[in-house]
Amino acid sequence: MMAALGGLLFGCAADKAKVGAAAGPARTAVAEPAVPPAAPTMRLMTQSQYANTIADIFGTDIVAKVRFAPVNRTSGLVAIGAAKAGLTPGVLDPLDATARSMARQILDTRHRDIFVPCRPVDAATRDDACATAFLAGAGRRLYRRPMTQAELAGAVGQAGQAAERSGDFYAGLAFSLGGMLVSPQFLFITETAERSPGPTGVWGLDGYSKASRLSFLLWDSAPDEDLLKTAERGGLESPAALRRQVSRMMASPRFERGLRAFFSDYLDLESFDTLSKDGEIYPAFSIKVAQEAREQVLRTVVDHLIVRKGDYRDLFTTKHTFMSSDLGVIYNVPVNRGSQGWQPYDFGADDPRGGLLTSVAFLAQHSHPGRSSPTRRGRAMREILLCQNVPDPPPDVDFSTFEEPSAKMMTARERLSAHATVPTCRGCHALTDPMGLALENFDGAGQWRKAEHGMSIDPSGSLNKVAFKDPAGLGRAVRDEPALRTCIVNRLYGYSTGRAPTPGDAPLLKYLQSELDRRGYRIEDMLGSIILSRSYFAVAPADRPAVVAINSRGTGNSHAARN
Amino acid sequence: MLLGTEKPNRRRVLRGIFNGAAVAVTLPFLDIFLDGNGTAMAATGKPLPMRFGTWFWGLGVDNNIFVPKTTGADYVLPKQLEALAAVRQHLNVYTNFNVFNDGRPNLCHYSGWVALRCGSAPTSRASKPGQSLDCAVSDRIGGGSRFSVLNIAATGKPRDSMSFRDADSMNPAEISPLELYQKVFGTDFVDPNSATFTPDPKVMIRKSVLSGVTEQSKALEQTLGAADRARLDQYYTSVRELENRLAMQLERPPAAPNCRVPGKPPKDIPIGLDVERVAERHKAMVDLMVMALSCNQTKVFNMVYSDSGSSLTRNGQEKTHHGYTHEEAMDSALGYQPNASWFVGRAMESWAYLIKAMADTPEGDGSLLDHSLLYAHSDCNLAKTHSVAGIPMFTAGKLNGRVKTGLHVDGKGEAGTRLGYTLQRLYDVPVASWGTQSMETSRELGEILT
Repeated sequence: MMAALGGLLFGCAADKAKVGAAAGPARTAVAEPAVPPAAPTMRLMTQSQYANTIADIFGTDIVAKVRFAPVNRTSGLVAIGAAKAGLTPGVLDPLDATARSMARQILDTRHRDIFVPCRPVDAATRDDACATAFLAGAGRRLYRRPMTQAELAGAVGQAGQAAERSGDFYAGLAFSLGGMLVSPQFLFITETAERSPGPTGVWGLDGYSKASRLSFLLWDSAPDEDLLKTAERGGLESPAALRRQVSRMMASPRFERGLRAFFSDYLDLESFDTLSKDGEIYPAFSIKVAQEAREQVLRTVVDHLIVRKGDYRDLFTTKHTFMSSDLGVIYNVPVNRGSQGWQPYDFGADDPRGGLLTSVAFLAQHSHPGRSSPTRRGRAMREILLCQNVPDPPPDVDFSTFEEPSAKMMTARERLSAHATVPTCRGCHALTDPMGLALENFDGAGQWRKAEHGMSIDPSGSLNKVAFKDPAGLGRAVRDEPALRTCIVNRLYGYSTGRAPTPGDAPLLKYLQSELDRRGYRIEDMLGSIILSRSYFAVAPADRPAVVAINSRGTGNSHAARN
Repeated sequence: MLLGTEKPNRRRVLRGIFNGAAVAVTLPFLDIFLDGNGTAMAATGKPLPMRFGTWFWGLGVDNNIFVPKTTGADYVLPKQLEALAAVRQHLNVYTNFNVFNDGRPNLCHYSGWVALRCGSAPTSRASKPGQSLDCAVSDRIGGGSRFSVLNIAATGKPRDSMSFRDADSMNPAEISPLELYQKVFGTDFVDPNSATFTPDPKVMIRKSVLSGVTEQSKALEQTLGAADRARLDQYYTSVRELENRLAMQLERPPAAPNCRVPGKPPKDIPIGLDVERVAERHKAMVDLMVMALSCNQTKVFNMVYSDSGSSLTRNGQEKTHHGYTHEEAMDSALGYQPNASWFVGRAMESWAYLIKAMADTPEGDGSLLDHSLLYAHSDCNLAKTHSVAGIPMFTAGKLNGRVKTGLHVDGKGEAGTRLGYTLQRLYDVPVASWGTQSMETSRELGEILT
C-alpha cells in the first residue's frame, strides 16, 4: 500500500535523487512553515459528490439522477464557491424530488433486504427497533459521522409516524430516509472544530471532519466505513496513521473519481454540458463529440497521472491519449472501435498534436461557436492553467480600426495585430494572443487546418519571452512555465480546503512548491504534500459562538472548549 | 349543474352545488364570481392575483432605429420596434434612462443588468450588491402559489438566471421545456379544474418529515459562524416553501377556469444557441409559463431570452451576435449595424410573442396580461461600446388598471432604477427608496401611473 504514495514521504533519499535528476538541481530542504488556521467550512455538496456518495452507500442500482444548480466559480474553482453557495427554493426543489425517489428505490421490494439489517415484527406498522438499526447505519454514512441521539430519535419517530399513517413499515422508513437525504447534515459538508485536550490544546478539525475532507478530496465521495472507524478511533491524529489511510485511499479505484472531479473543476469542464457549435460551419461537431472530447481529457489525465504515474507538467506535451470513433472524425485519424468505444492512441512525433492544449476539448471550449479565438484560448491558458488574471477589455474601445470587412485581414493574426495599434487593447492582447495564435492551426471545433480564408497560418508565438514556432513549442513552453507549478499547487490547496488561499497561506504554498520542484509533480506527491502538511487540518473557530464536537461515540456531547 | 335557460348568477350556482352535489365537485370559476368591474373577487373583494415577470435580452439596441422620435402615446414605431407593432398597445418603451457606475468599473455586459435588477452597480464580476427585485416582489405577492418564482433560460444554460438573493444564492433557471413541464405539471401538480379532489395522505407525511428535518438540524446552527448560519437560515426558508407547497396540496386548489393543462410533455429541444433553436425553446417555454400562471402555479417569473454577452448564432455565420456588435462596421447609409441589428430584431419578436401569449389568455374581464406587469431590459445600450447610458427598458401590462400603456417614456438621463422602484411600489413592496448613490431614487414614474 505504501508504494501507492510514491514520493509522498519527504526525506526519502532515494526518491530525492530520482526526482531531483528529473526536475533540476536538488535544493536543501527547509522547514515547513506554519500558516494561520482558517475557519471551518460548510460546503454545499456538488453533483458528482452527491452521486458518488449515493452509489458508494447504496450501490449504482439506485438512480440518483439530478441536475444541481450552478455554483459560482470562485477563485477559479466551484469547490470554493460551494463554501459560500446558498440553497434557494429553486436549488432545493430537484434535490427534494430526487431524495424521495431514491428513498423509495432503496426501500422497495427489490432492495430493502439488502439495506435493512432486520425484519420488522409487523410490516404493516412501526417497529422502532428495526427502524433504529437501519436509520442509524444509513445516517452514519450520509452524515459522515454517527447521528446524535436527538437526530436518531427524530428520524425513528418520523419513520414510526409515517409507518402508522401509511400502514407500511418500509414506506415509513422511506419517508424518514427521504428527509435525511434532503437535510442540511447531508447536503452541506460541515466541518467541526475542536481543541485538543490539555492546557496547551490547539484547534483543529475533529476526526470526522478530517475524514470527510480526505474522502471528498481523494474519492469525491463520503468516507467509507473503514475511514469512519479510523476517525472514530482517533486514527487520523498521527502522521503515520494518516499516511496509511491516504495510501489506502489513493490505491483504491475510487481515487480516479477524485482526480476526475478535481480536473473537471480546475479545467472548467462543466461548460461542456452546454457546449455547441454552428452546425453548418462545423457539421462534425455534435453534442456527442463534445461529451467525448471532455471524456478524452479526463481519460488522458487519469492514465497519465495514476496509471503511468506521470508528472503533471507532462500533460502538456504527452503524445499519448485515447480516441473514440466520433472524435476520430474531428482529429481526422482512423479509429477502430475498442473497449467501450475508446482505444489508446499515440500521436506521431511529427504530429502537431500532443498534450492538453491541442485536445479538441481545449480548442473547442475556448472558441466561438463559428470560429476559433486566439484571445479566448490565450486567456484560458493564463487564467485557468497559470492562475493569472487577464483584465476585462475596456468598455469603450474604438473598434473602427479593425472593423470588418477588410480584405487585408484574412487571418486571426492579422485581425488581432490591429489591436496592437490601440493602446488600451495592447496590454491585455499581449498577454493572450502570442499564446493563442500558436493554436490557430486548429479551428473553432479543434480540427486541423493549414490556412484561414486561403491565407497560410503562422502558428509562431511566445510565452513570457520564450519563443516557439508551433503548437508543440507552446506545449513545451507551458510545461516549463513556473506559473504552471504555482497554479496547480494553489488550485489543489484551494480545492482540498474549500477556500481561496490567503496571503497567510503563501509561505506554505511556496514551501510545497519547492518540495515538489525537487520531487516532481506526480499526483501522489502533490496531494500527499498538502494533506500531510502540519497545517492542513488546523482550523480556528472564527466567529463561531460555541463549538460542539461529535465525540467518538457520536452522542453529540460537547467536549470541545468554547472560545 | 345549471339547468334551463335561466341566466345563472353566483347565488344560484353556489346553491346548486351545495344542495345536490358531492363535496368532491369542483367550484367552477366563472366570471360571475367577479365583482361588477371584473377586477375583484365578488365574494371577498380581494383583487385578482397580481403577476410579475421579467424578460431579458442581451446586447442592447441601436438608438438610431430604436428610440421613437416622440414621447407619450401614438409615437411612430422605429425599425427596431416594428416587431412589437401588434402588441404596442400593451407596452411602454423607456429610453434615455441611465445606469450610473459611480466610479466602479463598467463591467462589460454585467454592470448594466445587475444594476437594473438590484439597484446598485456591482464592484466586480463576483458582486451582486443586493437581491434582485423579483425576489422582493415575490416576497410580497408570491404566497398562495406553488412556486414563489420560476426562472427560465431560453439559452438552455442554467447559469443564465438573473434572479438572486445575493451573489452566491441564485435562483437557477429551467433550461428545457420538458424540465419546466415536469417541474410544474409533473406528479405533484393538482389540476384546479379537476372534478374531484382527494388529498393525498402521503403529502401530509412529507410535510411532517420536512418539519422534522428542520427540527433535527437546529443543533447544527450552534456550530456555525454568522455567514454559514445565514446560509442555513436560507435553507430553512427554502424548506418552508416546500412545506407551504405541500400544505396547498392538502386543500382544494382555487378554481382556475382558464387553466389548460398541457396534454402531454413537450418534446425536448437539443442544446444550442442558433437563433431559430432559441426562439423555438423560448416559445415552448412561454407557452408553459402562461399555463403555469393561469393555473396559479406561480405569480412571479423571470425569463432570459439571450445571455448578456449574447452568444446567439445565425446558421452558417462565423460571428455570434456579440461578435457582430464589435466587428461589424456601422453602415453609414443605414445608420446601424445590419447583422447585429438583425439579432435585436429577432429578440423583439420573441418579446412580442410573450406579450401576445399573455394578452391572448383570458382571465376575468380581460386577459392574463391585464393582471400582470412585465419588466424587460437589456445589459447595455449600444453593445459596440458597452454603453450603459440609455439602457433600454420596457414594461407590458396594466397590472389591474394601475399602469398606463402605449407610451414612450423619455428618462431625460435619470437613473433607470426609477422604473424598478416604481414597479416595486406598484406591488406594495415596502421600500422607501431603492438603489444606492446615483442610482438611489424614491421617485415613482408618475407618467405611467393611472
